Amino acid sequence: MDSETKRAIIMEHYAHPYKRQRTDDATYLKVNTNNSSCIDNLDLYVKIENDQIADIVFEGEACAISISSTSIMITNLIGKTVKEALDYINNFEAMVKEEKYDADLLKEAIVYDNIYKQNNRKNCALLPYKGIKQVLLDYQKKIF
Amino acid sequence: MNREDFPMLKQDIIYLDNGATSLKPQSVLDAMQDYYENYSANAHRGDYDISFKVDLEYENARDKVVNFINAQDRAEVIFTSGATESLNMIASGFFAPLLEAGDEIIITTSEHASNVLPWFRLARNKGVKIKYLPLDDNYHVTLENLKSVISSNTKVIALAAITNVIGDVRPIKEITKLAHENGIFVVVDGAQSVAHMKTDVQDWDIDFLAFSAHKMLGPTGTGVLYGKKELLENMEPVNLGGGMNESFDNENAIYLKDLPTRLEAGTPNIAGVIGLGAAIDYLEKIGMDKIRERELHLRNYLVEKLIKIPHIDLLNLEADSGIVAFNVDGVFSQDVAYYLNKYNICVRAGNHCAKLIKNAIGVTNSVRVSLYFYNTENEIDTLVDLLKDKAKIMEEMI
Repeated sequence: MDSETKRAIIMEHYAHPYKRQRTDDATYLKVNTNNSSCIDNLDLYVKIENDQIADIVFEGEACAISISSTSIMITNLIGKTVKEALDYINNFEAMVKEEKYDADLLKEAIVYDNIYKQNNRKNCALLPYKGIKQVLLDYQKKIF
Repeated sequence: MNREDFPMLKQDIIYLDNGATSLKPQSVLDAMQDYYENYSANAHRGDYDISFKVDLEYENARDKVVNFINAQDRAEVIFTSGATESLNMIASGFFAPLLEAGDEIIITTSEHASNVLPWFRLARNKGVKIKYLPLDDNYHVTLENLKSVISSNTKVIALAAITNVIGDVRPIKEITKLAHENGIFVVVDGAQSVAHMKTDVQDWDIDFLAFSAHKMLGPTGTGVLYGKKELLENMEPVNLGGGMNESFDNENAIYLKDLPTRLEAGTPNIAGVIGLGAAIDYLEKIGMDKIRERELHLRNYLVEKLIKIPHIDLLNLEADSGIVAFNVDGVFSQDVAYYLNKYNICVRAGNHCAKLIKNAIGVTNSVRVSLYFYNTENEIDTLVDLLKDKAKIMEEMI
């Protein structure tokens, strides 16, 4: 994917983020995720049914990379089982940390494959993953 | 001006984050290096020549601070690790033993965290009440608004001389006059002001002042607590230890030294203090009035250009300091900072440690440019050119 296409995808998700809304539905698990070194601050709401991610919504304030990354992540995680979601998350983290990863699995999130070159923005891309991973790991602990 | 004195300016950067920390001139670095290379001994132990020289230089720096802020007595200048420690010492060492439940402390919503949280702790531990001085339409402090919150229970007014987001210069002299007429102590956070305008603790009649060396061309980890002598005499040392005690015995009796040493437990940041002394020499060589004049000129130069850009929302049009806060319409401040960083321009994005201000101004975060005398019109032109073109910002911010 060329850098212009990547940029266009990121900007589209920033301008029109998927599932940016709040919910008061108590069946959603809520997690706040923020970067201590900047002002990105998001609340994620996750609904898990029968070990499968039924829905994710989010609200808050963050930079273009964080917002777009959240939007793309949500697009890819809804419908996955908790285990599949964790694999996806680990794969994304590996990409940002310049480790071995499976590009096919990541789909659109591949637009951040060069983010490692901007040290100060890695955490922006990782921000929603940090929050969602915590929810999923907590969920697993409760189940097993 | 004086750019050749600053090694950092040899790099290809435009440094506009002076509110966070200032750059250091070579003379400050040399003074610190000289200490470490040529007389690196401890202070207050003049048993041999180089140790004696440490005492001389350390106390010489204290005299420079005394003159710089026009204190009355060298007992009134205590070296700390920075404005944060100074403010915590004031709150914990002086006011915690003095205040009682029901007493009131007045602060403003535009204070830095360091001038908020130590008071919050007092409020929680002592049942003291925090009251907020309402800011006017420009987010400034007025005497009228101050009068409206003073009550017979008010014991302290704690506020910055210049705030770090709005950059407004507070009328400290008038505030202390009003406060003292009502038997109220005034604590001034000088972190953003001491390097940018002449500070006169006697003329302003302030009770306590806190500031940091690193925001005034000096090193990090060094700062000053100023207090009127009769008040510092009643301050409990937050830290007990070496250097500050006269003697102690195994009956747990501790006899403390006189001011200022009594409030400087442990080996101080000797190199830092010597660096601060050199920084003061440097500032005085230029002259504080000239520094202020230069800064206001640069501010006006920047503001005149920014107000012409339709997509720039200036948050502090009315402010007599080098702090300019703004947002680019529809762009998150952090993204603006990242965009400018691509052109080696250093600005701050965020809430600038003033988390209460968002309630007052209705804006949670902003881009902050904070100028100092070594900035230039050319640098501002480069910044403005980059901000003019919104399409370019949107194109390059990620």
